[in-house]
Amino acid sequence: MSTASGTPILSARGLRKEYGKEEGLVRAVDNVDIDVAPGETLAVMGPSGCGKSTLLHLLGGLDRPSGGKVWLDGRRLDQMGERALARMRRQSVGFVFQAFHLMDELTAQENVELPALLAGSSPRSARQRAVDLLEQVGLADRRAFLPSGLSGGQRQRVAIARALSNEPRVVMADEPTGNLDSAAAVDVLRLFDSLHDAGQTLVVVTHNSRIAATADRMIIMRDGAFVDQTRLTGGTSGHLGALIGLEG
Amino acid sequence: MLLVVIMAATTTLTLGLVLHGETSRPYEQTRVATAGPDVVANIIPPTQNATGKVTQQQLSDLNTLAHAPGVVGHSGPYPVTWAVLDAHGLTASAEVEGRDRALASIDQPRVTEGGWIRNGGVVVERTFAEALGVHTGDSIMLNGRPVTVAGIAVTAAFSPYPDICSDGCDLNTPQLSNTPGLVWVTQDEARSLSSFEEPLTYYLNLKLSDPAQAVAFANKYNFNSAVTPSLYAWQQISQDDGTLLKKEQLVLMVASWLLGLLAVASVAVLVGGRMAEQIRRVGLLKAVGGTPGLIAGVLLAQYLLLALAAAGAGLALGRLIAPVLAGPGAGLLGTPGPPPLTAANIAVVVAVAVAVAVAAALGPAVRAARTSTVRALSDTARIPRRRAWLIALSARLPVPLLIGLRVAARRPRRIVLSVLGIAVTVSGIVAVLFAHASLDASQSGASAGLANPQSERGNQVLLIVTFMLVALAAVNAVFITRTTVQDSRHASAVTRALGATPGQITAGLCAAQVLSALVGAVLGISGGIALYLVVKHGGAIVIPPIWWFVAVVVGTVIAIAGLTAIPARLGARRPVVEILQAETA
Repeated sequence: MSTASGTPILSARGLRKEYGKEEGLVRAVDNVDIDVAPGETLAVMGPSGCGKSTLLHLLGGLDRPSGGKVWLDGRRLDQMGERALARMRRQSVGFVFQAFHLMDELTAQENVELPALLAGSSPRSARQRAVDLLEQVGLADRRAFLPSGLSGGQRQRVAIARALSNEPRVVMADEPTGNLDSAAAVDVLRLFDSLHDAGQTLVVVTHNSRIAATADRMIIMRDGAFVDQTRLTGGTSGHLGALIGLEG
Repeated sequence: MLLVVIMAATTTLTLGLVLHGETSRPYEQTRVATAGPDVVANIIPPTQNATGKVTQQQLSDLNTLAHAPGVVGHSGPYPVTWAVLDAHGLTASAEVEGRDRALASIDQPRVTEGGWIRNGGVVVERTFAEALGVHTGDSIMLNGRPVTVAGIAVTAAFSPYPDICSDGCDLNTPQLSNTPGLVWVTQDEARSLSSFEEPLTYYLNLKLSDPAQAVAFANKYNFNSAVTPSLYAWQQISQDDGTLLKKEQLVLMVASWLLGLLAVASVAVLVGGRMAEQIRRVGLLKAVGGTPGLIAGVLLAQYLLLALAAAGAGLALGRLIAPVLAGPGAGLLGTPGPPPLTAANIAVVVAVAVAVAVAAALGPAVRAARTSTVRALSDTARIPRRRAWLIALSARLPVPLLIGLRVAARRPRRIVLSVLGIAVTVSGIVAVLFAHASLDASQSGASAGLANPQSERGNQVLLIVTFMLVALAAVNAVFITRTTVQDSRHASAVTRALGATPGQITAGLCAAQVLSALVGAVLGISGGIALYLVVKHGGAIVIPPIWWFVAVVVGTVIAIAGLTAIPARLGARRPVVEILQAETA
């Protein structure tokens, strides 16, 4: 199902994830093939429970498949041990979650610093990188705030900055605007737009069609399988507000 | 588990309480069975006497005592000397008392095996015989002269081996240790065994019209410088006999307080963990109209009930075990009987159990009751504490220490409990090491190769106490780790999602416990020294080798690392997605 040009940075073949046994067997992801090109923004859509979050977790090495193969940056994730997977996540993947999953006791800056520290960066360079990223997401003046002192949109922007900390090959976002109001959602989408412009590969899982419309390509999932795919020419650069109906 | 933890403390406390008053009982039974003397009078040769023998004046003074006012009967004076005893390859020193072949009216050693003395046949005091491993019919040597063991007996006139010389024996023969055992021989043999170095001394047993006045009678003559014999009242001998039990009681009382403190730490962690699990129930109770007071009362009541059950179980178990620890030893007859479990003892044990439960559960119960209804219903974990300086410090450390320090900083109260638990345990262990060192030093003057029944009993009690402290501390460490793993599951899952390996998370969770163990162990060393100095009564302080303390600190850290590794590893291997999704739901 490759639709992008060039060597895919992320691929899967015959990818499956099953829960339960026999009559209680549930196929959360059912024999999926996928390729994501470098710099591409891919949106995965579908109703709740269709398996799109599970797919994202499998592609990002957060969960292990029941079958099939996954390549990220040319390396087989499904054959990696836990340590190698962790290293791969640290170096090549940035996750953005619907529930933000920030550390409550850490400031915005400390949250953004954490992946770099885990990757072995010096405290000084991790701090400088965090300051730059928070400035990039428009939160330079909020870097000393705890998550409890930030709005939902601001928390998600901190989470995005954290996901970018180690300059990952792919950013994977799971319902990144699911917990946000419209204005905050626009802020986040603008951020993704700028990442797209900068050549960052993005895989965004969402059930919101207007958000999916900002991608280069949109895949529709149902019952664990891909049922449709649409190429959105040129993505949404420069037209985001109009596309989601918030600007004239 | 709550029940077991509180029960350990209440059982030890019960033991300590019921042993109080047990000390004199077996001696009294032995005194009755052996027609024990009320007062024992003794003369030794004056040091300035060139002949090395007791003087006629001393003998005259001794005989005068037999007819003193208040004395209604006597036996002796009996000649006593000291000899080198060889048996089964062991060499010991023996206090040899010359007796008549007929039983005396006062101080009739009760023969528990074989028969009484005869020519060439000696009787060995039972504790001494057990230490030597000799039995009736065995051949032993006294000053190189072969004799046969005619029997084994028990007396109330002397303290059992190794305490015959409660104030230390002043012996002149280099081969003789200062902890002799007692042997009875015929008077002729006693005289023949005496030498210039170990001349005869004499013992006179007295029966008073009023045995309760024995101390006053002894003091009256002891404080009179014109009278040369030294007098010992039966109460003093009884007290010497009870020294072992008194030491046991002291050790158990101290141990019970240490275990009580440990129980507070363990129960607080357990209750804190359970409260976190019950927070949704608290929300439901509040939603249907439960006031904070009612909820705190309900939560507290369940722990009070458990504490009462633990107190009951501890009292029953302590009462069962007490006779074993209060056993009289081979030197005395009889059994300690059922321990005196008085209403006061019961009240103390129950009060301690309730205090442990209240001290541990009050804080979490009040905190849970004060949680907002919405927050409780959403089952949201308490917001962790922030320690900015620790977070900044941790950024400079390797990843496992970074994770460990941040995990520790999230729940400072739990870390304090962890440090307290380790410090209490190590304090107990260090105090036990001091006690061991003292016992070893007291053994140094004993006959080579001979078992010291006091040291053996003392070591047994110390071993039991050490085991209980270590077991409770181990349980405490596992509980704390389990609760920490549970509490930090979200943070661990996020950290793993960001690229930390399960090994780094495991090491971090262990590091959090190991850091507190290290602090607790160092505090425990000084705490243990202070504890020993507080509970020690008199005598020289024997300081154990420094490497013992180093071994305790290193051993504690290794033990805690080992104990926490399994729950930490299990926690670090839970699927990240499962935890993150559960937290989102």
